[in-house]
Amino acid sequence: MLRFIVRRLLVTIPTILVVISITWVLIRLAPGNFYSGEKPLPAAVEKIIREKYGLDKPWYQQYGKTMWSIVRHLDFGTSLRYQGQSVNTIIKRSLPVSATVGLLAYLLALIVGITVGSIAALKQNSKWDYGSMALAMIGISVPNFVLGPILVLVFSLGLYWLPPSRWGGFPSRNLILPVVTLSAIYMAYIARLTRAGMLEVLRSDYIRTARAKGLSERDVVIRHALRGGLMPVISYTGPALAFLLTGTIVVERIFALPGLGNYFIQASLSRDEPLIIGIVAFIAITLLLMNLLVDIAYAYLDPRVRYQ
Amino acid sequence: MTSNGNLLEVKNLSTYFETDDGIVKAVDDISFQLKRGETLGIVGESGSGKSVTNLSIIRLVPNPPGKIVSGQVFFNGSDLLLLSNEAVRKIRGRRIAMIFQDPMTSLNPFMKISRQLMEMTELHLGHNRAQARAHAIRMLETVGIPDAEARADSYPHEFSGGMRQRVMIAMALSCEPELLIADEPTTALDVTIQAQILELIKKLKRKTGTSVILITHDLGVVAGMTDHVIVMYAGKIFERAPTTELFSRPGNPYTKGLLRSVPDPTAEQGKLYQIPGLPPDVANLKPGCPFAERCDHTQDICRREFPPFVQLNADHYSLCHFAREVYSESGGTPV
Amino acid sequence: MATEKNLKHDELIHIGPEMAVAEADVLPVETGRFVHGTSLWGDAWRRLLKNKLAVFGLVVVVIVTISSIVGPTLIKRVFGFTPDYIPSHDPRLTQSFPPFTGPGGEFSWAHPMGTDNAGRDQLARVLQGGQISLFVGILSTFVSLLIGVSYGAIAGYVGGRVDNVMMRVVDVLYSLPYVIVVIVLLSMFRSQTPRGQLILLFIAIGSVSWLTMARIVRGQVLSLKNQEFVLAARATGVSNTRIIFRHLVPNTLGPLIVYATLTIPQIMLTEAFLSFLGFGVQAPLASWGSLASDGIQNIAIFPWQLIFPGVTMALTLFSLNFLGDGLRDALDPQMRRV
Repeated sequence: MLRFIVRRLLVTIPTILVVISITWVLIRLAPGNFYSGEKPLPAAVEKIIREKYGLDKPWYQQYGKTMWSIVRHLDFGTSLRYQGQSVNTIIKRSLPVSATVGLLAYLLALIVGITVGSIAALKQNSKWDYGSMALAMIGISVPNFVLGPILVLVFSLGLYWLPPSRWGGFPSRNLILPVVTLSAIYMAYIARLTRAGMLEVLRSDYIRTARAKGLSERDVVIRHALRGGLMPVISYTGPALAFLLTGTIVVERIFALPGLGNYFIQASLSRDEPLIIGIVAFIAITLLLMNLLVDIAYAYLDPRVRYQ
Repeated sequence: MTSNGNLLEVKNLSTYFETDDGIVKAVDDISFQLKRGETLGIVGESGSGKSVTNLSIIRLVPNPPGKIVSGQVFFNGSDLLLLSNEAVRKIRGRRIAMIFQDPMTSLNPFMKISRQLMEMTELHLGHNRAQARAHAIRMLETVGIPDAEARADSYPHEFSGGMRQRVMIAMALSCEPELLIADEPTTALDVTIQAQILELIKKLKRKTGTSVILITHDLGVVAGMTDHVIVMYAGKIFERAPTTELFSRPGNPYTKGLLRSVPDPTAEQGKLYQIPGLPPDVANLKPGCPFAERCDHTQDICRREFPPFVQLNADHYSLCHFAREVYSESGGTPV
Repeated sequence: MATEKNLKHDELIHIGPEMAVAEADVLPVETGRFVHGTSLWGDAWRRLLKNKLAVFGLVVVVIVTISSIVGPTLIKRVFGFTPDYIPSHDPRLTQSFPPFTGPGGEFSWAHPMGTDNAGRDQLARVLQGGQISLFVGILSTFVSLLIGVSYGAIAGYVGGRVDNVMMRVVDVLYSLPYVIVVIVLLSMFRSQTPRGQLILLFIAIGSVSWLTMARIVRGQVLSLKNQEFVLAARATGVSNTRIIFRHLVPNTLGPLIVYATLTIPQIMLTEAFLSFLGFGVQAPLASWGSLASDGIQNIAIFPWQLIFPGVTMALTLFSLNFLGDGLRDALDPQMRRV
C-alpha cells in the first residue's frame, strides 16, 4: 500500500510540471500579449514594459526563471492584472470560497443522491422508483447555467426568499442557491449510480444468504448490501471532483462569487500569465491528490483489492 | 396440530414465475414429506424446479417475478406459508438453515468470516460479542478449519473453495437448526473436496440429529447420503422412493434414464448414454407427460393425457402411465 | 445430465432484461433458445421500440434536429427574418418583446419566442443555436470516436507493455483538469472569425472526450481478442491492422453506439458552458450556451430570453439521455444500468 502511494506521488510531480509547462507554452505561443489593448502602444512604452516584466530575455531563460521559482519556493509570482498582489495571496483568498461551495455541493449530492437511489432500488418499479429516476433524468439534463438563473428567478426575484448573488461568508443564506445549483446534476447522477449499484448487489448470492440467515430486511440492506452497492459511487468521486470544478466556474460566474473559478476566467481573459499558471497548477495538484485519496479509499474498502 | 412424525410436510406446492414469455410453472403441485432425522435427496436436471422448491419452503423466492401460488408447507405442524414475515424470519437460520451452491459468491466478500458467523448467534441465540465469537470459533473447528482462532478474522477470498463451503456449513449449523437444506453444496467444488464436504455433512448430521434435504443432480451423491429420494422434472415429482429401492428398482422411465447416464467405470468402453433431447420449455408445456418426447416408453396416451401418480409400494410412487410395467421390468412387484 | 457441468452461469439464459439474474438454476432453462448477452440488430430494434421513454426521446431528438436544420430557412420564407436580422429601420422594433407579442402589446404570430434586446427573433436564434449545438455535439463525438476507438483498439490488441503505457497515459490525462487547459487554449487562441472559433472548439472538445471511449474499446477488445474467430483470422494470415479494424472493432459496436449516444449530450453541455463563459461560439453565431449567457443579463425583466434556449436545451439533452439509456437496454440487457 505504501509503495503504491509513493509510486503515485512520484508520477504526480512530473505530471504537474508538464501541465504547467504546457500552459506556459500555450500562453506564450498565442498571438498578442497582455499589455496591448485596442490600439498598439508606442514603441518606447512597449520596450519599457517588456523590460520590466523580463519579456526581453530569451524564452528559455524566462521559462527557467518561472519554473525555478515555482519548484523552489512554490512562488508563482505577481499577478499582472491585480497590481501588486501575489498569486499565492489571491489563491489563498479565493480558495475558501470555491472550496466551501464545492464541498457543500458534493456533500449535498451524496446525501440526497445515495438516499434517493437506495430507496429507488429497494422499491424497484414502484412509483418511488420511476418518479425519482425521472427526476434524476431531468437533473442530468438541465445545465447548471440554466438551473441557476431559474432558481434565482423563482426564489430571489419571485419569492424574495433568498439573495440572488454575492458572497456572504460561511454560513449564510447566500450559499443556498449556488450550492443547490452546483449539486443538482451530481445529485441526479449519484442517485442513478446508487440505484444501479444497489440493484446489482441486492441480486447477488450473498444477499440471498443473508436473508436465508433470517436477518431483517433492514439489516440485510444496511449491513450487507450498502457496502458493496456504494462502490460505484465511491469510484465516481474522482471524475466527479473534476466535473465539480468546471461546474464551480459557471456557478461563481452566475452568482458573482469571488472564488478561484472567477479569478481564473478573469485571468484567462486578460492574459494574466502568473495567475493563470498558478491556478492551473493548484487545480492540477488538488485533483491528482484527490484522485489518489479516492483510490486509496477504494482499495481500503474492498478487501479483495486490499490484500493483493 | 399433529405432525405425525414428519418434520416437514409439503402439500400441493406450486410456485410460478411471470416472465416475458408467459408464466413459468417452476414448481407445479408437488407433495412430499421428511421425517425427523432423515436425509431426503432431491434430484433433477437444471430447471427441474429443485432449487425453487427449497426456496419456497423458506419463502425466499424472488418476488417479483416469482410467487408461491398455492400449497402448504407444514414444519413441525404449522404452515410456513401462512406465517407473517416476521415469524418466518425467526425460523430462517434458527430452525431451518440453507447452504448454497457457490460458496465464493454466497459469502459476503466485504465482511470478515467471524462477523458473518457471529451475526447468526447474536441474532437468534442472543449471544453477546464474546459468546458469539467463542461459538463461531468452535463451529469453525468442528467443520475442520485448521487454526480456527487465527483464521476467523479473514475474508472469504482468503479461503479455498472447499474451506469456504465448510464455513458456510459452520454458519448454517451455528444455531443447531432442525432442518438443513443443502442446495447442490458440492457442485462447484473439485471431486476430492466433494467427498470431504459430504462426509462432513454426514458426520454433523449424526452428531446433532439434524434432518437434511440434499439437492443435487448427481446420483452418486444421492446414493451415498440419502434415505429417501425425489426425482423432479419440469417442476413435477416424477418418482418418490427410499434410496435403495429407487436405485435397485426404479419405477419411472426418466429415473431409469438417469441411472443409465451415470458412467460406469467398470463397464466396457462404449458410448456414454445420454437421455436424448433437451429439457422442455417450461413456459410452454404441451399437454400430456412432460417427458413424453424423450422417453423410450412413449405411447400415444403419454402425449395426450397427463400421467397419474401411481403407488407402486408402501413408500414408492411414480408419475407415469406405465409405472407398474416399468417397475416390473426393474424387478419390482407392484402392489 | 452430463450437460450441467459444462455450462457456466453467465452463459446461461437471459430470458429478458429483468431476468438476467445471477442464479441460473433458480429459473428454468429455455429449450434451445439460448439468447446471449449481445443480440442481433433486429432484436435490439424491437426491444428499443418497446421502451416508451426511449421512443419518446428518439422522436424529440428527430423533431429538434429537423427543426434546427430547416427551421431558420422556413422562418425566413414565412416571416422574412434571419437569426441575426436586426430591424434597425424601426426603433420601435429594436427591443425585447415577450413571446407572441407585437410592438403595440397586441398578439402576434411573428415571434413565438419573443425577441432579444436588439429585436432579433428568438425562435430563429434558438433554432440556429440548435444547429450549432447539435453540429458541434455530433461532430466532436465523431472525432473523439475516431481517436478513442483507434487508440483503445490498438492498446487492447497489442497488449503487454504497450497497452500498459498507453493506458497509463489515459489514466493520467483523465485525472487532469483538462477542461481548464482547454479554456486557456480557447482564450489564448481566440479566432478572428466565428468559423475559426468553431473549429478550435471542435479540436478542444474532441480532445477531451476520447479518453473514456478509448477505455471502453480497449476493455472490449481485451475480452474479444482471445476468442476463436480472432484465432482463426490470425491462422489464415490476416494482418494485424485488418484484424483490429475489420474484425474486433465491429464487435465492439454495441457498447460504442450506446456510449456515443450518451457522449453527445455531454459534449453539448461542454460546448454550452464554454460558450456561456464566452470562450466558445462568438456572435453573431449563436449556440444555446451563448444564448443563455445573453439571456441571463436581463433575467429579471425579460426572463424569456433565458428560458427558451434553456428549456430547449434541457429538453434535447433529456431526450438524448433517454435514447441512450434505451439503446443500452436494447443492445445488451446485461450492461450495468446507470
